[in-house]
Amino acid sequence: MKKHIEIRWHGRGGQGAKTAALLLADVAFNTGMYVQGFPEYGPERMGAPITAYNRIGDTPIRAHSNIYTPDFVVVVDETLLHTVEVTKGLKPEGAIIINTSQSKEDIIPLLNGYSGRVYTIDARKISIEALGKYFPNSPMLAAVVKVAEIMNKDEFLNLMEASYKHKFAKKPEVIEGNMNALKKAFEEVK
Amino acid sequence: MSIRERMSGNEAVSYAIKQVNPDVMPAFPITPSTEIPQMVSTYISNGEIDTEFIPVESEHSSMSATIGASAAGARALTATSSCGLAFMWETLYIAASDRLPIVLCLVNRALTGPININCDHSDSMGARDSGWMQIYAETNQEAYDNFIMSYRITEHKDVMLPLMTCMDGFITSHAVENIELLETEEVRKFVGEYNPENYLLNAEMPMAVGPYANSPFYMETKMNQRIAMQNAKKVILDVAAEFEKISGRKYGLFEEYYLDDAEYAVVMIGSAAGTTKDAIDNLRSQGIKAGLLKIRVFRPFPDTEIAAALKGKKVVAILDRCEGNSATGGPLGAEVKAALYDSGANTVAVNYIYGIGGRDYTVEDAENLFNELIDIGNGKKQPEQFKYIGLRK
Repeated sequence: MKKHIEIRWHGRGGQGAKTAALLLADVAFNTGMYVQGFPEYGPERMGAPITAYNRIGDTPIRAHSNIYTPDFVVVVDETLLHTVEVTKGLKPEGAIIINTSQSKEDIIPLLNGYSGRVYTIDARKISIEALGKYFPNSPMLAAVVKVAEIMNKDEFLNLMEASYKHKFAKKPEVIEGNMNALKKAFEEVK
Repeated sequence: MSIRERMSGNEAVSYAIKQVNPDVMPAFPITPSTEIPQMVSTYISNGEIDTEFIPVESEHSSMSATIGASAAGARALTATSSCGLAFMWETLYIAASDRLPIVLCLVNRALTGPININCDHSDSMGARDSGWMQIYAETNQEAYDNFIMSYRITEHKDVMLPLMTCMDGFITSHAVENIELLETEEVRKFVGEYNPENYLLNAEMPMAVGPYANSPFYMETKMNQRIAMQNAKKVILDVAAEFEKISGRKYGLFEEYYLDDAEYAVVMIGSAAGTTKDAIDNLRSQGIKAGLLKIRVFRPFPDTEIAAALKGKKVVAILDRCEGNSATGGPLGAEVKAALYDSGANTVAVNYIYGIGGRDYTVEDAENLFNELIDIGNGKKQPEQFKYIGLRK
């Protein structure tokens, strides 16, 4: 069986979980990997829970289903912990990464007894300090790249800088802030 | 030289359109195909191509304008999904009987009732008798390749019929995956210039398009359409053979995956074929002789070729991503069974319905399906026709 890393993103409409999944596919693609990044479309509206997925690996990806037993779960909005069973099917040898200002001790009781690794990151604080606005997806992207060991920090930062230079060609003033958010997130996810 | 890229299915088809640079694209937006006219009109406004984009007020109008452009002598196309295709219903038949080499990029989505934006094949299956050719894609790569091959097929003098290139809504249209692109110059050389034999704007030879044809003519018109549809099989294969030379990618009327020595075979269309391939790898590693026949060309229907490929299989499952509403099975099931019957096969063939309205189909579903076929083959289970895969209990 060919092995691919499977990641499931939980967010709310408008927060950019889908964009983050597509950015992750992009950055992994740029290192020569095979990638898949796709959203699951439910009732689309701002604030509704949404799911997005990634498969990443060294061999072509053929499966075209949603992901039910992910290696990693990324929770972009911690209020979802009360309404969505985010750890469902999550492999115990995998990990969950949660955007929260709370301590790990406060979060773990909300994870339905999940026995694997738990990481937290305060993406709101990082984003507001670096960008002056709340865009959680850049810090969450850095966090998952680190935790899932998709590539090393320098390679990731170089690829993202190139990508931002292309994406923000008309507003270069936001590149530095985004890069700072990524660096900070890489250090602070624990 | 191929170009390594990553794109969604909609991006891939839009990029193929850009590389082909057709003359006229009328379109009206509908999920999940909206991105195609959106991206193409961006290419146009950036000055990258000189296609004439016509924003219209409905899909009935988009197909009507496409027909008008094509009849005038232009290389024309449009894109749509679901109810958009249903709203084109009347004009689809006109495009086919006027023998116009139009291409329609269809992003498959369930038909409304209840309203649903997700993938199934009820839209294109509803149009299966309209006189259009239909070629389906499993991946973004196939969607891209199918579009590049399309005008070579439709504009061939032995064919002159419109073609629907179909891909699965959201699953293919909105998922970003790796893809190998061709150089634009190579694409343009492959597709070539369009020089219609007859066209409305030719002042040297005035002609009528779509005139009244009463009973002395209607039947002969239909016979000519049938001959063209039969001719299309060979043209599709010839164009695929030429495309292989520039791309290295091989296409037939259908794809066989471990089918040769398979005892248990699944016949299906579209993106879920990839999921079934993963299941087949798992089952093969356990010594189970599982195989797949993935339909690429549904119109013209490759009946004798399918029957020959399925010859001697113990049990065959035919998977429809469309209810069919016949009370006895889906359209693919009915046609594959008829092909088997005509070939004199005594294969057990079971029709299943899966994935309608976007219901997920997993590797586990495919493995369970093959295990059921084995039980049927061993006489442990009676075949249950027209069963739903993944129905909530």
